[in-house]
Amino acid sequence: MTLANPQEELNVSGRRLAGLVALMARHRVAAVLGFLLVFPFLLPYEALAVNILIYGLFALGFNMVFGYMGVLSFGHAAFFGLGSYATGIVIVHYGVPWLPAILIGVVAAGIGAAVIGALATRTRGIYFAMVTLALSQCVYYLVYQLEDLSGGENGLRGVDVYDLNLPGLNLTLLDPLTKYYFVFAFVAVAVWLFSRILASPFGAVLEALRENENRARACGIDVARSKWLAFVISGLFCGLAGALNAIHLTIVPIESLHYHTSGLAVMMSLLGGMGTFFGPFVGALTFLVLEDVITLVTIHWQLFVGALFVFFILFFPRGIWGTLLHWASR
Amino acid sequence: MTNTDTNILRAEKVSMRFGGFTALNDVSVTFPEGQLTAIIGPNGAGKSTFFNVISGAFPPSQGRIFFRGKEITGVPQHRFARLGIAKSFQITNVFPQLTALENVRFAIQCMSQRFNVWTPRGRFREMEEQAAALLQMVELDKHHHRLAMNLAHGEQRALEIALALACNPSLLLLDEPTAGMSPEETTAMMDLIIRLAAQRTVILVEHKMKLVMGISNRLIVLHHGELLAEGTPDDVRANDEVRRVYLGQGNH
Repeated sequence: MTLANPQEELNVSGRRLAGLVALMARHRVAAVLGFLLVFPFLLPYEALAVNILIYGLFALGFNMVFGYMGVLSFGHAAFFGLGSYATGIVIVHYGVPWLPAILIGVVAAGIGAAVIGALATRTRGIYFAMVTLALSQCVYYLVYQLEDLSGGENGLRGVDVYDLNLPGLNLTLLDPLTKYYFVFAFVAVAVWLFSRILASPFGAVLEALRENENRARACGIDVARSKWLAFVISGLFCGLAGALNAIHLTIVPIESLHYHTSGLAVMMSLLGGMGTFFGPFVGALTFLVLEDVITLVTIHWQLFVGALFVFFILFFPRGIWGTLLHWASR
Repeated sequence: MTNTDTNILRAEKVSMRFGGFTALNDVSVTFPEGQLTAIIGPNGAGKSTFFNVISGAFPPSQGRIFFRGKEITGVPQHRFARLGIAKSFQITNVFPQLTALENVRFAIQCMSQRFNVWTPRGRFREMEEQAAALLQMVELDKHHHRLAMNLAHGEQRALEIALALACNPSLLLLDEPTAGMSPEETTAMMDLIIRLAAQRTVILVEHKMKLVMGISNRLIVLHHGELLAEGTPDDVRANDEVRRVYLGQGNH
Protein backbone atom coordinates (compact mmCIF):
# COMPACT_ATOMS: atom_id res chain seq x y z
CA MET A 1 0.00 0.00 0.00
CA THR A 2 2.97 2.29 0.19
CA LEU A 3 3.40 2.02 -3.55
CA ALA A 4 1.76 4.46 -5.87
CA ASN A 5 1.38 2.69 -9.16
CA PRO A 6 -1.38 0.11 -9.05
CA GLN A 7 -0.44 -1.41 -12.36
CA GLU A 8 1.79 -4.38 -13.07
CA GLU A 9 4.50 -3.02 -10.88
CA LEU A 10 2.28 -3.74 -7.90
CA ASN A 11 0.46 -6.87 -8.89
CA VAL A 12 3.41 -9.12 -8.42
CA SER A 13 3.26 -12.22 -6.33
CA GLY A 14 5.58 -15.03 -5.27
CA ARG A 15 7.60 -15.78 -8.39
CA ARG A 16 11.30 -15.69 -9.00
CA LEU A 17 11.44 -12.40 -10.84
CA ALA A 18 8.54 -10.96 -8.94
CA GLY A 19 10.67 -10.11 -5.92
CA LEU A 20 13.11 -8.22 -8.09
CA VAL A 21 10.34 -6.34 -9.85
CA ALA A 22 8.72 -5.42 -6.55
CA LEU A 23 12.06 -4.25 -5.21
CA MET A 24 12.61 -2.06 -8.27
CA ALA A 25 9.09 -0.66 -7.99
CA ARG A 26 9.64 0.18 -4.33
CA HIS A 27 12.89 1.95 -5.11
CA ARG A 28 11.96 3.15 -8.56
CA VAL A 29 13.79 6.46 -8.33
CA ALA A 30 17.00 4.78 -7.18
CA ALA A 31 16.63 2.11 -9.87
CA VAL A 32 16.22 4.63 -12.69
CA LEU A 33 18.99 6.88 -11.45
CA GLY A 34 21.36 4.00 -10.72
CA PHE A 35 20.97 2.80 -14.26
CA LEU A 36 21.33 6.25 -15.81
CA LEU A 37 24.43 6.88 -13.72
CA VAL A 38 26.44 4.12 -15.43
CA PHE A 39 24.55 4.37 -18.69
CA PRO A 40 26.99 6.51 -20.77
CA PHE A 41 29.62 3.78 -20.41
CA LEU A 42 27.33 1.28 -22.12
CA LEU A 43 26.88 3.34 -25.27
CA PRO A 44 29.24 3.99 -28.19
CA TYR A 45 29.28 7.76 -27.58
CA GLU A 46 27.99 10.17 -24.97
CA ALA A 47 25.91 12.46 -27.19
CA LEU A 48 23.52 9.58 -27.77
CA ALA A 49 23.30 9.05 -24.02
CA VAL A 50 22.45 12.72 -23.50
CA ASN A 51 19.74 12.48 -26.16
CA ILE A 52 18.26 9.48 -24.40
CA LEU A 53 18.25 11.32 -21.07
CA ILE A 54 16.49 14.32 -22.54
CA TYR A 55 13.94 12.42 -24.57
CA GLY A 56 13.42 10.00 -21.69
CA LEU A 57 12.53 12.99 -19.51
CA PHE A 58 10.27 14.34 -22.25
CA ALA A 59 8.45 10.99 -22.51
CA LEU A 60 8.28 10.77 -18.70
CA GLY A 61 6.48 14.10 -18.52
CA PHE A 62 4.18 13.12 -21.37
CA ASN A 63 3.45 9.83 -19.64
CA MET A 64 1.81 11.64 -16.72
CA VAL A 65 -1.06 12.64 -18.97
CA PHE A 66 -0.98 9.71 -21.38
CA GLY A 67 0.00 6.72 -19.28
CA TYR A 68 -1.17 7.61 -15.79
CA MET A 69 -4.23 9.71 -16.55
CA GLY A 70 -5.09 7.91 -19.78
CA VAL A 71 -5.55 11.02 -21.92
CA LEU A 72 -3.83 11.24 -25.31
CA SER A 73 -2.31 14.64 -25.97
CA PHE A 74 -0.84 15.31 -29.36
CA GLY A 75 0.55 18.68 -28.50
CA HIS A 76 3.40 18.08 -26.10
CA ALA A 77 5.91 19.37 -28.66
CA ALA A 78 4.63 22.81 -27.68
CA PHE A 79 5.94 22.42 -24.13
CA PHE A 80 9.22 20.83 -25.19
CA GLY A 81 9.66 23.60 -27.77
CA LEU A 82 8.58 26.43 -25.49
CA GLY A 83 11.05 25.25 -22.86
CA SER A 84 13.76 25.11 -25.52
CA TYR A 85 13.01 28.49 -27.06
CA ALA A 86 12.49 30.36 -23.80
CA THR A 87 15.79 29.09 -22.44
CA GLY A 88 17.56 29.73 -25.74
CA ILE A 89 16.13 33.21 -26.24
CA VAL A 90 17.01 34.51 -22.77
CA ILE A 91 20.53 33.13 -23.15
CA VAL A 92 21.10 34.41 -26.71
CA HIS A 93 19.32 37.77 -26.56
CA TYR A 94 19.52 38.72 -22.91
CA GLY A 95 22.65 36.98 -21.69
CA VAL A 96 20.86 35.28 -18.81
CA PRO A 97 23.01 32.67 -16.97
CA TRP A 98 22.16 29.02 -17.60
CA LEU A 99 20.40 28.15 -14.35
CA PRO A 100 17.82 30.96 -14.40
CA ALA A 101 17.50 30.41 -18.16
CA ILE A 102 16.50 26.78 -17.60
CA LEU A 103 14.00 27.83 -14.94
CA ILE A 104 12.54 30.41 -17.31
CA GLY A 105 12.21 27.67 -19.92
CA VAL A 106 10.34 25.45 -17.46
CA VAL A 107 8.01 28.29 -16.44
CA ALA A 108 7.34 29.23 -20.08
CA ALA A 109 6.36 25.64 -20.83
CA GLY A 110 4.14 25.64 -17.75
CA ILE A 111 2.36 28.80 -18.90
CA GLY A 112 1.91 27.29 -22.36
CA ALA A 113 0.48 24.13 -20.80
CA ALA A 114 -1.83 26.19 -18.58
CA VAL A 115 -3.29 28.02 -21.59
CA ILE A 116 -3.52 25.02 -23.93
CA GLY A 117 -4.74 22.82 -21.07
CA ALA A 118 -7.49 25.27 -20.11
CA LEU A 119 -8.91 24.99 -23.62
CA ALA A 120 -8.22 21.31 -24.24
CA THR A 121 -9.52 19.89 -20.94
CA ARG A 122 -13.03 20.95 -21.96
CA THR A 123 -12.93 18.16 -24.53
CA ARG A 124 -12.46 14.41 -24.33
CA GLY A 125 -10.94 11.54 -26.29
CA ILE A 126 -10.05 12.19 -29.90
CA TYR A 127 -11.16 15.82 -29.59
CA PHE A 128 -8.63 16.33 -26.84
CA ALA A 129 -5.89 14.98 -29.10
CA MET A 130 -7.04 17.18 -31.97
CA VAL A 131 -7.33 20.37 -29.91
CA THR A 132 -3.88 19.88 -28.41
CA LEU A 133 -2.47 19.16 -31.86
CA ALA A 134 -4.05 22.28 -33.36
CA LEU A 135 -2.98 24.56 -30.50
CA SER A 136 0.58 23.25 -30.51
CA GLN A 137 0.78 23.95 -34.24
CA CYS A 138 -0.39 27.49 -33.46
CA VAL A 139 2.61 27.79 -31.14
CA TYR A 140 4.82 26.44 -33.93
CA TYR A 141 3.68 29.09 -36.42
CA LEU A 142 3.80 31.85 -33.85
CA VAL A 143 7.44 31.10 -33.02
CA TYR A 144 8.18 30.59 -36.72
CA GLN A 145 6.89 34.11 -37.47
CA LEU A 146 8.79 35.78 -34.61
CA GLU A 147 11.95 35.59 -36.65
CA ASP A 148 13.88 38.33 -34.84
CA LEU A 149 13.53 36.51 -31.58
CA SER A 150 13.43 32.87 -32.61
CA GLY A 151 15.52 32.75 -35.77
CA GLY A 152 12.48 31.50 -37.70
CA GLU A 153 13.08 28.65 -40.09
CA ASN A 154 16.78 28.39 -39.29
CA GLY A 155 16.13 27.88 -35.64
CA LEU A 156 17.77 29.77 -32.81
CA ARG A 157 21.54 29.62 -32.96
CA GLY A 158 24.21 30.46 -30.46
CA VAL A 159 22.86 28.98 -27.24
CA ASP A 160 26.44 28.69 -26.13
CA VAL A 161 26.75 27.53 -22.59
CA TYR A 162 30.15 25.95 -22.12
CA ASP A 163 31.56 26.96 -18.78
CA LEU A 164 29.30 26.31 -15.86
CA ASN A 165 31.12 28.68 -13.48
CA LEU A 166 30.02 26.84 -10.40
CA PRO A 167 31.64 28.05 -7.19
CA GLY A 168 34.72 25.94 -6.58
CA LEU A 169 34.11 23.80 -9.65
CA ASN A 170 35.52 24.41 -13.07
CA LEU A 171 33.34 22.33 -15.35
CA THR A 172 32.99 22.64 -19.08
CA LEU A 173 30.19 21.19 -21.16
CA LEU A 174 32.64 20.69 -23.99
CA ASP A 175 33.55 17.47 -22.24
CA PRO A 176 30.80 15.03 -23.27
CA LEU A 177 30.82 13.09 -20.02
CA THR A 178 30.56 16.29 -17.98
CA LYS A 179 27.65 17.36 -20.13
CA TYR A 180 25.98 14.02 -19.53
CA TYR A 181 26.20 14.38 -15.77
CA PHE A 182 25.14 18.01 -15.99
CA VAL A 183 21.91 16.92 -17.71
CA PHE A 184 21.68 13.90 -15.42
CA ALA A 185 21.60 16.16 -12.33
CA PHE A 186 18.44 17.84 -13.64
CA VAL A 187 16.87 14.57 -14.74
CA ALA A 188 17.58 13.08 -11.30
CA VAL A 189 15.70 15.85 -9.53
CA ALA A 190 12.88 15.61 -12.07
CA VAL A 191 12.55 11.83 -11.70
CA TRP A 192 12.43 12.18 -7.93
CA LEU A 193 9.77 14.90 -8.14
CA PHE A 194 7.78 12.85 -10.63
CA SER A 195 7.79 9.81 -8.38
CA ARG A 196 6.78 11.97 -5.44
CA ILE A 197 3.79 13.35 -7.37
CA LEU A 198 2.71 9.87 -8.45
CA ALA A 199 2.85 8.72 -4.83
CA SER A 200 0.80 11.67 -3.61
CA PRO A 201 -3.00 11.81 -3.29
CA PHE A 202 -3.03 13.60 -6.64
CA GLY A 203 -1.32 10.55 -8.14
CA ALA A 204 -4.36 8.58 -7.01
CA VAL A 205 -6.58 11.14 -8.72
CA LEU A 206 -4.71 10.50 -12.00
CA GLU A 207 -5.31 6.76 -11.69
CA ALA A 208 -8.94 7.28 -10.81
CA LEU A 209 -9.48 9.49 -13.84
CA ARG A 210 -7.89 6.86 -16.05
CA GLU A 211 -9.96 4.08 -14.50
CA ASN A 212 -13.35 5.76 -14.35
CA GLU A 213 -13.97 9.43 -14.87
CA ASN A 214 -17.64 9.30 -13.89
CA ARG A 215 -16.97 7.54 -10.63
CA ALA A 216 -14.17 9.98 -9.82
CA ARG A 217 -16.61 12.84 -10.40
CA ALA A 218 -19.18 11.22 -8.13
CA CYS A 219 -16.46 10.87 -5.47
CA GLY A 220 -16.05 14.64 -5.56
CA ILE A 221 -13.29 15.17 -8.11
CA ASP A 222 -13.49 18.27 -10.28
CA VAL A 223 -12.49 16.41 -13.43
CA ALA A 224 -11.66 19.42 -15.62
CA ARG A 225 -9.51 21.11 -12.99
CA SER A 226 -7.67 17.92 -12.07
CA LYS A 227 -6.91 17.19 -15.71
CA TRP A 228 -5.72 20.74 -16.15
CA LEU A 229 -3.36 20.47 -13.19
CA ALA A 230 -1.94 17.19 -14.50
CA PHE A 231 -1.51 18.78 -17.91
CA VAL A 232 0.43 21.71 -16.44
CA ILE A 233 2.68 19.48 -14.33
CA SER A 234 3.32 17.34 -17.38
CA GLY A 235 4.14 20.49 -19.36
CA LEU A 236 6.69 21.56 -16.75
CA PHE A 237 8.61 18.29 -17.07
CA CYS A 238 8.55 18.47 -20.87
CA GLY A 239 9.67 22.09 -20.67
CA LEU A 240 12.68 21.06 -18.59
CA ALA A 241 13.54 18.45 -21.21
CA GLY A 242 13.32 21.14 -23.89
CA ALA A 243 15.42 23.60 -21.92
CA LEU A 244 18.15 20.99 -21.45
CA ASN A 245 17.99 20.15 -25.14
CA ALA A 246 18.68 23.79 -26.07
CA ILE A 247 21.86 23.72 -23.99
CA HIS A 248 22.79 20.27 -25.23
CA LEU A 249 22.46 21.15 -28.93
CA THR A 250 23.53 24.82 -28.55
CA ILE A 251 20.77 25.58 -31.04
CA VAL A 252 16.98 25.32 -30.94
CA PRO A 253 15.73 23.77 -34.16
CA ILE A 254 12.23 24.85 -35.18
CA GLU A 255 11.42 21.12 -35.41
CA SER A 256 11.34 20.95 -31.61
CA LEU A 257 7.91 22.58 -31.84
CA HIS A 258 6.71 20.51 -34.76
CA TYR A 259 4.01 17.91 -34.20
CA HIS A 260 6.56 15.31 -35.21
CA THR A 261 8.12 15.88 -31.79
CA SER A 262 4.72 15.24 -30.14
CA GLY A 263 4.63 12.00 -32.10
CA LEU A 264 8.03 11.05 -30.66
CA ALA A 265 6.66 11.30 -27.12
CA VAL A 266 3.70 9.08 -28.04
CA MET A 267 5.95 6.54 -29.76
CA MET A 268 8.52 6.39 -26.98
CA SER A 269 5.81 6.00 -24.33
CA LEU A 270 4.09 3.21 -26.24
CA LEU A 271 7.35 1.48 -27.12
CA GLY A 272 8.60 1.57 -23.53
CA GLY A 273 5.26 0.90 -21.85
CA MET A 274 2.67 3.54 -21.09
CA GLY A 275 1.88 4.11 -17.45
CA THR A 276 5.06 2.45 -16.21
CA PHE A 277 7.76 4.35 -14.40
CA PHE A 278 10.69 2.96 -16.40
CA GLY A 279 8.86 2.80 -19.71
CA PRO A 280 9.62 6.29 -21.02
CA PHE A 281 13.37 5.86 -20.60
CA VAL A 282 13.25 2.35 -22.08
CA GLY A 283 11.25 3.73 -25.00
CA ALA A 284 13.60 6.65 -25.58
CA LEU A 285 16.58 4.30 -25.38
CA THR A 286 15.10 1.81 -27.84
CA PHE A 287 13.97 4.43 -30.29
CA LEU A 288 17.15 6.49 -30.34
CA VAL A 289 19.54 3.52 -30.38
CA LEU A 290 17.59 1.98 -33.25
CA GLU A 291 17.65 5.26 -35.10
CA ASP A 292 21.38 5.46 -34.51
CA VAL A 293 22.11 1.92 -35.62
CA ILE A 294 19.83 1.78 -38.63
CA THR A 295 20.97 5.16 -39.93
CA LEU A 296 24.40 3.63 -40.45
CA VAL A 297 22.86 1.07 -42.80
CA THR A 298 20.20 3.04 -44.62
CA ILE A 299 18.81 6.55 -44.71
CA HIS A 300 15.32 5.04 -44.64
CA TRP A 301 15.60 4.27 -40.94
CA GLN A 302 12.11 5.56 -40.26
CA LEU A 303 10.69 2.72 -42.34
CA PHE A 304 12.26 0.15 -40.04
CA VAL A 305 11.44 1.97 -36.82
CA GLY A 306 7.88 2.36 -38.10
CA ALA A 307 7.60 -1.35 -38.83
CA LEU A 308 8.92 -2.19 -35.38
CA PHE A 309 6.47 0.22 -33.82
CA VAL A 310 3.54 -1.44 -35.58
CA PHE A 311 4.87 -4.84 -34.49
CA PHE A 312 4.89 -3.72 -30.88
CA ILE A 313 1.43 -2.17 -31.00
CA LEU A 314 0.01 -5.37 -32.49
CA PHE A 315 1.82 -7.99 -30.43
CA PHE A 316 3.13 -6.22 -27.33
CA PRO A 317 0.70 -3.42 -26.59
CA ARG A 318 2.11 -3.11 -23.08
CA GLY A 319 5.41 -1.95 -24.55
CA ILE A 320 8.84 -3.34 -23.76
CA TRP A 321 8.93 -2.59 -20.07
CA GLY A 322 5.23 -3.26 -19.60
CA THR A 323 5.62 -6.69 -21.22
CA LEU A 324 8.65 -7.54 -19.06
CA LEU A 325 6.71 -6.58 -15.96
CA HIS A 326 3.77 -8.63 -17.09
CA TRP A 327 5.94 -11.71 -17.66
CA ALA A 328 7.73 -11.29 -14.38
CA SER A 329 4.56 -10.91 -12.38
CA ARG A 330 2.47 -13.60 -14.07
CA MET B 1 -35.95 29.43 1.02
CA THR B 2 -35.65 28.30 4.59
CA ASN B 3 -35.55 24.79 5.84
CA THR B 4 -38.67 24.89 7.94
CA ASP B 5 -39.65 21.25 7.63
CA THR B 6 -37.97 17.93 8.09
CA ASN B 7 -37.46 17.39 4.37
CA ILE B 8 -33.91 16.67 3.32
CA LEU B 9 -34.61 16.86 -0.41
CA ARG B 10 -37.35 18.58 -2.33
CA ALA B 11 -38.04 18.55 -6.06
CA GLU B 12 -40.19 21.45 -7.18
CA LYS B 13 -42.09 21.22 -10.47
CA VAL B 14 -39.29 19.33 -12.16
CA SER B 15 -39.57 18.67 -15.89
CA MET B 16 -37.06 17.08 -18.19
CA ARG B 17 -37.29 17.09 -21.95
CA PHE B 18 -34.94 15.37 -24.37
CA GLY B 19 -35.68 16.99 -27.72
CA GLY B 20 -39.39 16.53 -28.23
CA PHE B 21 -39.69 13.76 -25.66
CA THR B 22 -40.89 14.67 -22.19
CA ALA B 23 -39.28 12.26 -19.72
CA LEU B 24 -40.51 14.09 -16.63
CA ASN B 25 -43.48 16.40 -16.44
CA ASP B 26 -43.94 18.78 -13.55
CA VAL B 27 -42.96 16.40 -10.76
CA SER B 28 -43.01 17.82 -7.23
CA VAL B 29 -41.90 15.48 -4.44
CA THR B 30 -40.48 15.88 -0.97
CA PHE B 31 -38.23 13.42 0.82
CA PRO B 32 -38.44 13.46 4.63
CA GLU B 33 -35.22 13.21 6.59
CA GLY B 34 -34.30 9.79 7.92
CA GLN B 35 -36.71 7.80 5.80
CA LEU B 36 -36.16 5.18 3.16
CA THR B 37 -38.08 6.26 0.10
CA ALA B 38 -38.36 4.08 -2.96
CA ILE B 39 -39.12 5.46 -6.38
CA ILE B 40 -40.91 2.87 -8.44
CA GLY B 41 -42.70 2.67 -11.73
CA PRO B 42 -42.92 0.56 -14.86
CA ASN B 43 -40.28 0.71 -17.58
CA GLY B 44 -40.04 4.16 -19.13
CA ALA B 45 -41.77 5.82 -16.20
CA GLY B 46 -38.95 8.34 -15.84
CA LYS B 47 -37.41 6.81 -12.71
CA SER B 48 -33.84 6.96 -13.92
CA THR B 49 -34.28 10.45 -15.35
CA PHE B 50 -35.67 11.61 -12.02
CA PHE B 51 -32.77 9.91 -10.23
CA ASN B 52 -30.26 11.62 -12.49
CA VAL B 53 -31.88 15.00 -11.95
CA ILE B 54 -31.94 14.77 -8.15
CA SER B 55 -28.43 13.30 -8.04
CA GLY B 56 -27.06 16.11 -10.19
CA ALA B 57 -26.03 14.14 -13.27
CA PHE B 58 -27.79 16.82 -15.33
CA PRO B 59 -29.95 19.81 -14.45
CA PRO B 60 -33.70 19.61 -15.15
CA SER B 61 -35.18 21.49 -18.12
CA GLN B 62 -37.46 23.22 -15.66
CA GLY B 63 -37.99 23.20 -11.95
CA ARG B 64 -35.74 23.34 -8.93
CA ILE B 65 -34.13 20.96 -6.47
CA PHE B 66 -33.51 21.82 -2.82
CA PHE B 67 -31.25 20.02 -0.38
CA ARG B 68 -31.90 20.96 3.25
CA GLY B 69 -33.71 24.05 2.03
CA LYS B 70 -30.79 25.17 -0.14
CA GLU B 71 -31.18 25.18 -3.89
CA ILE B 72 -28.84 22.72 -5.62
CA THR B 73 -30.25 22.91 -9.15
CA GLY B 74 -27.34 23.01 -11.58
CA VAL B 75 -24.68 22.52 -8.93
CA PRO B 76 -21.78 20.60 -10.57
CA GLN B 77 -21.77 16.87 -9.89
CA HIS B 78 -18.45 16.84 -8.06
CA ARG B 79 -19.82 19.13 -5.35
CA PHE B 80 -22.54 16.70 -4.35
CA ALA B 81 -20.20 14.43 -2.42
CA ARG B 82 -19.03 17.37 -0.35
CA LEU B 83 -22.62 18.42 0.33
CA GLY B 84 -23.20 14.96 1.72
CA ILE B 85 -25.14 13.47 -1.17
CA ALA B 86 -23.73 10.24 -2.53
CA LYS B 87 -25.00 7.91 -5.22
CA SER B 88 -24.47 4.53 -6.75
CA PHE B 89 -24.99 4.09 -10.45
CA GLN B 90 -27.39 1.76 -12.20
CA ILE B 91 -24.49 0.14 -14.01
CA THR B 92 -21.69 -0.92 -11.68
CA ASN B 93 -19.22 1.90 -11.46
CA VAL B 94 -15.97 1.24 -9.62
CA PHE B 95 -12.27 1.65 -10.42
CA PRO B 96 -11.66 -1.77 -12.02
CA GLN B 97 -7.85 -1.93 -11.87
CA LEU B 98 -7.52 -0.73 -8.31
CA THR B 99 -7.88 -3.05 -5.34
CA ALA B 100 -11.00 -2.86 -3.21
CA LEU B 101 -9.08 -1.06 -0.49
CA GLU B 102 -7.56 1.41 -2.95
CA ASN B 103 -11.00 2.10 -4.38
CA VAL B 104 -12.44 3.08 -1.03
CA ARG B 105 -9.32 4.85 0.15
CA PHE B 106 -9.45 7.01 -2.95
CA ALA B 107 -13.06 7.96 -2.26
CA ILE B 108 -12.14 8.90 1.32
CA GLN B 109 -9.14 10.87 0.13
CA CYS B 110 -11.42 12.88 -2.18
CA MET B 111 -12.99 14.51 0.83
CA SER B 112 -9.83 16.27 1.96
CA GLN B 113 -6.86 15.82 -0.39
CA ARG B 114 -7.91 16.55 -3.93
CA PHE B 115 -4.96 18.64 -5.09
CA ASN B 116 -2.18 17.47 -2.79
CA VAL B 117 0.73 16.63 -5.09
CA TRP B 118 3.29 16.28 -2.37
CA THR B 119 2.53 14.18 0.71
CA PRO B 120 3.06 10.45 0.16
CA ARG B 121 -0.27 8.64 0.33
CA GLY B 122 1.06 6.18 2.89
CA ARG B 123 1.18 8.98 5.47
CA PHE B 124 -2.59 9.11 5.65
CA ARG B 125 -2.91 6.05 7.87
CA GLU B 126 -6.34 7.08 9.12
CA MET B 127 -7.73 6.94 5.58
CA GLU B 128 -6.70 3.33 5.28
CA GLU B 129 -8.37 2.53 8.58
CA GLN B 130 -11.56 4.27 7.51
CA ALA B 131 -11.47 2.40 4.22
CA ALA B 132 -11.07 -0.91 6.03
CA ALA B 133 -14.03 -0.03 8.26
CA LEU B 134 -16.21 0.74 5.26
CA LEU B 135 -15.21 -2.50 3.56
CA GLN B 136 -16.20 -4.33 6.70
CA MET B 137 -19.56 -2.58 6.72
CA VAL B 138 -20.33 -3.85 3.19
CA GLU B 139 -18.88 -7.26 4.06
CA LEU B 140 -15.86 -7.09 1.79
CA ASP B 141 -13.30 -7.27 4.56
CA LYS B 142 -11.83 -10.46 3.13
CA HIS B 143 -11.12 -8.84 -0.22
CA HIS B 144 -8.96 -5.80 0.57
CA HIS B 145 -6.27 -6.59 -1.94
CA ARG B 146 -8.32 -8.01 -4.78
CA LEU B 147 -8.70 -5.90 -7.89
CA ALA B 148 -12.23 -4.57 -8.21
CA MET B 149 -12.53 -6.14 -11.66
CA ASN B 150 -11.95 -9.58 -10.14
CA LEU B 151 -14.78 -9.28 -7.62
CA ALA B 152 -18.14 -10.96 -8.22
CA HIS B 153 -20.96 -8.79 -9.50
CA GLY B 154 -22.67 -8.51 -6.12
CA GLU B 155 -19.35 -7.69 -4.47
CA GLN B 156 -18.67 -4.94 -6.98
CA ARG B 157 -22.06 -3.41 -6.20
CA ALA B 158 -21.27 -3.60 -2.50
CA LEU B 159 -17.92 -1.96 -3.21
CA GLU B 160 -19.68 0.82 -5.04
CA ILE B 161 -21.87 1.41 -2.00
CA ALA B 162 -18.72 1.61 0.11
CA LEU B 163 -17.41 4.24 -2.33
CA ALA B 164 -20.63 6.20 -1.91
CA LEU B 165 -20.42 5.94 1.88
CA ALA B 166 -16.88 7.32 1.88
CA CYS B 167 -18.14 10.90 1.94
CA ASN B 168 -20.22 10.05 5.00
CA PRO B 169 -23.40 11.13 3.21
CA SER B 170 -26.54 12.24 4.95
CA LEU B 171 -28.41 11.36 1.77
CA LEU B 172 -27.70 8.17 -0.14
CA LEU B 173 -29.14 7.72 -3.62
CA LEU B 174 -29.19 4.22 -5.08
CA ASP B 175 -30.17 3.48 -8.66
CA GLU B 176 -31.46 -0.10 -8.93
CA PRO B 177 -28.88 -1.49 -6.50
CA THR B 178 -29.98 -5.08 -7.09
CA ALA B 179 -29.91 -4.95 -10.91
CA GLY B 180 -28.49 -8.15 -12.36
CA MET B 181 -28.10 -9.83 -8.98
CA SER B 182 -28.78 -13.41 -8.04
CA PRO B 183 -31.50 -13.98 -5.39
CA GLU B 184 -28.86 -14.53 -2.69
CA GLU B 185 -27.00 -11.36 -3.64
CA THR B 186 -30.29 -9.46 -3.73
CA THR B 187 -31.15 -10.57 -0.20
CA ALA B 188 -27.71 -9.53 1.05
CA MET B 189 -28.01 -6.15 -0.67
CA MET B 190 -31.45 -5.54 0.81
CA ASP B 191 -30.13 -6.34 4.27
CA LEU B 192 -27.30 -3.90 3.69
CA ILE B 193 -29.70 -1.17 2.54
CA ILE B 194 -31.85 -1.65 5.66
CA ARG B 195 -28.75 -1.28 7.83
CA LEU B 196 -27.64 1.85 5.95
CA ALA B 197 -31.10 3.40 6.13
CA ALA B 198 -31.00 3.19 9.91
CA GLN B 199 -28.39 5.93 9.95
CA ARG B 200 -29.28 8.18 7.02
CA THR B 201 -31.85 9.10 4.44
CA VAL B 202 -31.94 6.68 1.54
CA ILE B 203 -33.67 7.18 -1.79
CA LEU B 204 -33.84 4.10 -3.91
CA VAL B 205 -34.92 3.62 -7.49
CA GLU B 206 -36.26 0.14 -8.08
CA HIS B 207 -38.05 -1.57 -10.88
CA LYS B 208 -39.22 -4.55 -8.87
CA MET B 209 -42.00 -3.31 -6.60
CA LYS B 210 -42.09 -6.39 -4.40
CA LEU B 211 -38.49 -5.85 -3.33
CA VAL B 212 -39.11 -2.46 -1.82
CA MET B 213 -42.60 -2.91 -0.40
CA GLY B 214 -41.35 -4.48 2.78
CA ILE B 215 -38.44 -2.16 3.53
CA SER B 216 -39.57 1.33 2.47
CA ASN B 217 -41.14 3.95 4.67
CA ARG B 218 -42.52 5.69 1.63
CA LEU B 219 -43.12 4.93 -2.01
CA ILE B 220 -43.24 7.29 -4.94
CA VAL B 221 -44.82 5.96 -8.10
CA LEU B 222 -43.94 7.52 -11.42
CA HIS B 223 -45.79 6.78 -14.61
CA HIS B 224 -45.16 8.34 -18.04
CA GLY B 225 -42.95 10.94 -16.41
CA GLU B 226 -45.63 12.08 -13.97
CA LEU B 227 -46.16 11.56 -10.29
CA LEU B 228 -48.89 8.95 -10.04
CA ALA B 229 -48.98 8.31 -6.32
CA GLU B 230 -47.03 8.70 -3.13
CA GLY B 231 -47.43 7.46 0.39
CA THR B 232 -46.79 4.49 2.62
CA PRO B 233 -46.53 1.09 0.98
CA ASP B 234 -50.05 0.31 2.19
CA ASP B 235 -51.43 3.55 0.71
CA VAL B 236 -49.79 2.80 -2.60
CA ARG B 237 -50.91 -0.80 -2.62
CA ALA B 238 -54.47 0.36 -2.07
CA ASN B 239 -54.28 3.01 -4.80
CA ASP B 240 -56.49 2.06 -7.74
CA GLU B 241 -54.43 4.03 -10.27
CA VAL B 242 -51.28 2.22 -9.24
CA ARG B 243 -52.97 -1.16 -9.41
CA ARG B 244 -54.18 -0.37 -12.88
CA VAL B 245 -50.88 0.79 -14.45
CA TYR B 246 -48.44 -1.24 -12.49
CA LEU B 247 -49.62 -4.12 -10.41
CA GLY B 248 -52.22 -5.09 -12.95
CA GLN B 249 -49.54 -6.02 -15.41
CA GLY B 250 -49.22 -9.27 -13.53
CA ASN B 251 -45.52 -9.76 -13.95
CA HIS B 252 -44.37 -7.93 -10.89
